[in-house]
Amino acid sequence: MKDFAALFKTLDETTKTSLKVQALAHYFETANDEDKLWTIALFSGRRPKRAITTTLLRTWAAECAGLELWLFEECYPIVGDLAETISLILPDSSDTYDYTLTHWLNALIALSKEPEDLKRAFVIDAWDHLNGTERFLFNKLITGGFRVGVSQKLMTRALAQATGQDEADLAHRLMGNWTPQTTSFETLIEADDPEAALSRPYPFYLAHAVDGAPDQLGPITDWHAEWKWDGIRGQIILRGGTHFVWSRGEELMTDRFPEFAALLDFLPSGVVLDGEILGWKDEKPLPFAALQKRITRKTVPAKLLRDTPVILYAYDLLELNGEDLRESAFSTRRAQLEALLQSLPETAPIRLSPSIEANTWEQLATHRAQARDKQAEGLMLKRCASPYLAGRKKGDWWKWKLDPLTIDAVMIYAQSGHGRRANLFTDYTFAVWNGNDLVPFTKAYSGLSDAEFRQITAWVRQNTLQRFGPVRQVPAEHVFEIAFEGIQRSTRHKSGVALRFPRMLRWRQDKVAKDANTLDDLNEMLVIYG
Amino acid sequence: MASAPLITFTDRGIYCPRADVYVDPWKPVARALITHGHADHARAGHGHYMCTASAAPIMLHRLGEITLQTVQYGDVICINGVDISFHPAGHVVGSAQIRLAHKGEVWVISGDYKIENDGISEPFEPIRCTHFITECTFGLPIFKWQPQAVIAAEINTWWARNQAAGKTSMIGAYSLGKAQRILSMLDVSIGRVLTHGAIEVSNGILRKQSVTLPDTIQVTPDVDPKAYAGAMVLAPPAALGSKWARSFGASSSGFASGWMRLRGVRRRRALDQGFVISDHADWNGLCDAIKLTGAENIYVTHGYTDIFARHLRGIGYNAAIVETDFQGEAAQSEESEAI
Ligand SMILES: [Zn+2]
Ligand SMILES: [Zn+2]
Repeated sequence: MKDFAALFKTLDETTKTSLKVQALAHYFETANDEDKLWTIALFSGRRPKRAITTTLLRTWAAECAGLELWLFEECYPIVGDLAETISLILPDSSDTYDYTLTHWLNALIALSKEPEDLKRAFVIDAWDHLNGTERFLFNKLITGGFRVGVSQKLMTRALAQATGQDEADLAHRLMGNWTPQTTSFETLIEADDPEAALSRPYPFYLAHAVDGAPDQLGPITDWHAEWKWDGIRGQIILRGGTHFVWSRGEELMTDRFPEFAALLDFLPSGVVLDGEILGWKDEKPLPFAALQKRITRKTVPAKLLRDTPVILYAYDLLELNGEDLRESAFSTRRAQLEALLQSLPETAPIRLSPSIEANTWEQLATHRAQARDKQAEGLMLKRCASPYLAGRKKGDWWKWKLDPLTIDAVMIYAQSGHGRRANLFTDYTFAVWNGNDLVPFTKAYSGLSDAEFRQITAWVRQNTLQRFGPVRQVPAEHVFEIAFEGIQRSTRHKSGVALRFPRMLRWRQDKVAKDANTLDDLNEMLVIYG
Repeated sequence: MASAPLITFTDRGIYCPRADVYVDPWKPVARALITHGHADHARAGHGHYMCTASAAPIMLHRLGEITLQTVQYGDVICINGVDISFHPAGHVVGSAQIRLAHKGEVWVISGDYKIENDGISEPFEPIRCTHFITECTFGLPIFKWQPQAVIAAEINTWWARNQAAGKTSMIGAYSLGKAQRILSMLDVSIGRVLTHGAIEVSNGILRKQSVTLPDTIQVTPDVDPKAYAGAMVLAPPAALGSKWARSFGASSSGFASGWMRLRGVRRRRALDQGFVISDHADWNGLCDAIKLTGAENIYVTHGYTDIFARHLRGIGYNAAIVETDFQGEAAQSEESEAI
């Protein structure tokens, strides 16, 4: 596993994409086929079933380190990662094993059917004979989840570099339900794949945010406006009697959204659509949280499919009758899209994203103010005469988002962060006034600079009133402006509200605790925006 | 009737009423015993200071005109029946644990300390006592240090590799203590060592008191950084990533701190390399040091105090938490990560 550990270390220690791709490509050029296949599997979220529960791992690790379990449990949130905590508290090994990645994975798979005492003996023996990164990775193979800033897309790019194959073709090869036990590197990557060309997407065109007011964009008649939906940007390809769904990250997501197969019944082949994938019920978008459940699953259970069906809110047509339309004007493509979707039945999982008519920018601004009612994040502005460009090119597509909602709140609890910010207090609980009482209503842990976090950390340490495990109660002194995207009634929270995407907009050092907002203010927002 | 304890904890710091002295107080007092010259221990504004002779030059440099009495390690000064002595803490040059004893009640206040002999600081000596006040900055079993020689080899290999790739190596390290320790670990046959002014000030003071350090070249406006490609540059943490740091052209940067043991902290700093090296004791160091004092009463301060105290109680000590003021740490916030 030494070469895999070296790869992991490089990926982990750099933020530069070019270096990551280079390291991956080098690995794909030098590792053996079995290890390569497993690496592809791991970096595309295909890890073996967990053979051992984390509870057992924690107990064994504490035993091996000669520590009481509570002490192990205190270390875990500070490190922020179970695999790392285990590898840090165990004593160093003097004599180590040098097995391949595949050897360890096969051993772990075989282990899943064994009784507990055998599992224990195997794991402890491995811990005794691995050090540092390898021990950490061995734990990761059991617990899963390698977050090293390597997306499937990045890995695919490196694989393309190493094999000389086309990146989009490879992305297509990597889709589906394969595992390293059901295929080989040769079959998966090197054998002929006639479907690849059919699946190839167009690069997405991405919008920029409008700075301030949009009147600088010129006459409004040059522009087309529509809602900016809060879903997943997607491209749906219907070619050769089959369909493919690509995400904006140019990740193939066909398997996650099986309902789009039905589009083949309603639309001709040789069509490529650009739009937003949204959870959809009763002719209304579902909240993003519902859609989130769909994204995280590689395969979708029937119940989830029933509870959270999706549609494509289509807003652009990139290919018709197999012909690339990207050079023609947006207004032309839009007209063709409207014609194509005209008179489709409600059962087709697709809708035309409606356009918004306005004669002046002021009129459009009044529409924008209604976005929350429509479950939209704001408006999209598209230049009528523009072709469909690739990437984030400024000028033709703009997003004009709503400003977030904000409220001033008092910090009442602080908790240290984990992982990146293990030595700083970064997770705070905030409260608003209800008469003379402070009612906690949200937590937030992002939005401040490291310098601000350090300053608050020093203050928390000096001013702790009480400790509840890792949580410290602090005097109600510091006021923060909390920004959020939405507010909903909640019975799970004492305050009766739940916020969407709360974060600290700024530390209001100009304000004292009594200047913070009240529960009445929150309730008023709930009435308006909830 | 039990007599009043020899040591009490006040809002100015650790206090001995019988001798009327404070140890590392954080608010101005008449008489202060200082464990070492770091800013969170040696503060301005006291009437009278006492520290070891080898800590004095840094103290005088940092605090200017102060009334300072120096003592040798092991010398006993008696104030109103309290025997006061300073003993090596192994943290930085001149750092001390302070012992206060009266009629069989013996307190040792550790200040900052480490067990490993770093070759520059006077090595740590365990002192028997009845009451031990210990720091526990790294008081969790996840913090374990490798021997200094292992880290030295890591640093020198990294330096040589960077040099071969035509890159300058730059290490961020605490200006007083860590920087000199790293300097002494360098294999200077590899190349030249350049220093930032903040570090060279400490180097100068230590050399004057006959601490042996390799030769260094201070980076001044007259020095052309590009003329020293492949050199090692030692800089205070705040200078990493600055315009100053970029003037060296192609470079690889590392950071030397006990916190580098955590993957998350290494990733946050987004540096090419983290070296796990600290002038504070690791978990085993703390546990061993406590055992060697023979004390039953342990007071923990500075760090993961609640967890560490609970652990000590679990293995039979009377352990309590002493809160400290962290203003010093806030004031030099960037450096507090470099310990
Ligand atoms: Zn210190
Ligand atoms: Zn200190």
